[in-house]
Amino acid sequence: MNHWEVVIGIETHAQLATRSKIFSGASTAFGAAPNTQACAVDLALPGVLPVLNRGAVECAIRFGLAIGAEIAPKSVFARKNYFYPDLPKGYQISQFELPVVVGGSVAIQVGQGEQVYEKTVHLTRAHLEEDAGKSLHEDFHGKSGIDLNRAGTPLLEIVTEPDMSSSAEAVAYARALHALVRWIGICDGNMQEGSFRCDANVSVRRPGAPLGTRREIKNLNSFRFLQQAIDYEIRWQIETLEDGGRIQQATVLFDPDTGETRVMRTKEDAHDYRYFPDPDLLPLLIPRDWVERTQAALPELPAAKKRRFMADYGLSAYDATTLTASLEIADFYEATVAVAGKAAAKPCANWVMVDLAARLNRDERELADSPVSAAQLGGLVARIADNTISNNIAKKVFEALWNGEGASADEIIEKQGLKQITDSGAIEQLIDEVLAANAAMVAEFKAGKEKAFNALVGQAMKATKGKANPQQVNELLKKKLS
Amino acid sequence: MSLTLEQVRRVAHLARIDISESEAESTLGHLNGIFSLIEAMQAVDTRGIEPMAHARDVAQRLREDRVTEENRRAAFQAVAPETEAGLYLVPKVIE
Repeated sequence: MNHWEVVIGIETHAQLATRSKIFSGASTAFGAAPNTQACAVDLALPGVLPVLNRGAVECAIRFGLAIGAEIAPKSVFARKNYFYPDLPKGYQISQFELPVVVGGSVAIQVGQGEQVYEKTVHLTRAHLEEDAGKSLHEDFHGKSGIDLNRAGTPLLEIVTEPDMSSSAEAVAYARALHALVRWIGICDGNMQEGSFRCDANVSVRRPGAPLGTRREIKNLNSFRFLQQAIDYEIRWQIETLEDGGRIQQATVLFDPDTGETRVMRTKEDAHDYRYFPDPDLLPLLIPRDWVERTQAALPELPAAKKRRFMADYGLSAYDATTLTASLEIADFYEATVAVAGKAAAKPCANWVMVDLAARLNRDERELADSPVSAAQLGGLVARIADNTISNNIAKKVFEALWNGEGASADEIIEKQGLKQITDSGAIEQLIDEVLAANAAMVAEFKAGKEKAFNALVGQAMKATKGKANPQQVNELLKKKLS
Repeated sequence: MSLTLEQVRRVAHLARIDISESEAESTLGHLNGIFSLIEAMQAVDTRGIEPMAHARDVAQRLREDRVTEENRRAAFQAVAPETEAGLYLVPKVIE
């Protein structure tokens, strides 16, 4: 693998979060009974005409602004011709020569811990188009069933430059893009329902050599499949080339069951789409003031929020990036800090990124359905900050909050008597008891065994049920034994 | 520029039109006639003129993002050749 360079570009279809379809007034709601949301335009009945949805254009403008792209003042819809029963017109309305969004970039953070690095993925374009319907191939007396509810659903196809050089970078990009489209509210990002699907163009070459022949992996609808499919494809291409074979340009499908990709069609039988401007649609003109109004209505974007988190909360670049990976996590973090206080911003970051994240992971839960709310977590961090409880006890309180044993950290601390003992008189008394009960250890320590001291600290902490401040116990114990 | 018979067959295949050999040849003649018209148009000097995407020089009108269509499946499917469980049935297609 060392002497091969991997080149990856990604095309993403993001379903836009409009109420109605891109060229008709039919609903786009998911899960309706077959063909109940397919109107005359979606069915391509004779004489119907498409009328463009302002909401879909607005989504494209939002996206273009969010990635720093150019919003084309004039763009054109084209017909992409092919025959398939779930495409009743015999063509898909898309954009070809003049797309609505040109250029732009997405910043990604790849890897974790020491190996983490940042990279910019440049975008070629993003264009508006309509989705096709669905074909159901299970047996209808040897026929296929067609559901056209999805036909005409607005999509934004987002195309990158071949800027990524590993599956990790590809996944980091897909995740960043997924977070961004949800952040700006143009796509619900539901991958199971097909609202966000990726195609990966993969090729390999010797460093410095011209680009190798690429194969396109179609329709990857999870980050895990994206990673697996690309890894398999890279291995397969390198092995093929090292065995003296040649890569043939092809479209392939990933089979999650076998973990392999298989050829769907080769260049020879690739579609010839015969694009031409759709005479049913006039050029889309986007005046400057529409772009400016949209810009003014955009929420604070991830990059700006990251800079603010670093400046206002003193977070590292890594922490700030992690906490702005999605709008949910950013909002959760800020709500936590709002309760815990700005002085505790750094411990809040740790609790959200480490403790909470690990606990969510363990239960396979999303942040949105975390049993511990931001306000509860903030209340907990506040009690660590003011020395009411130690970090160790805090983990117990967190677990209790998670299990719903109380409405707030304060309530649990009170109910379960977890308040840290800071009264040195009380601690000294406990230490005296421990020393009396562990005379052998005391003797060992006095004979020069340093290890015995740690054992005594352990005994003292146990006697206080972990509620004493460990540092204080340490100091008092030292004093008593000297 | 003139078309070849092979190109005529390819376009017919892409358009899913079944043509016979003699139809291919007569179509070739028709299409080449059209091509000579296009050639005449292409001889016009269009330097510095921005291509139009549409014959009418006006902008696309937009509709508000509102659901205006109701479910009319029963009416649409009444004229469909074959339906089942709300689906349109077509000859089996698997890519």
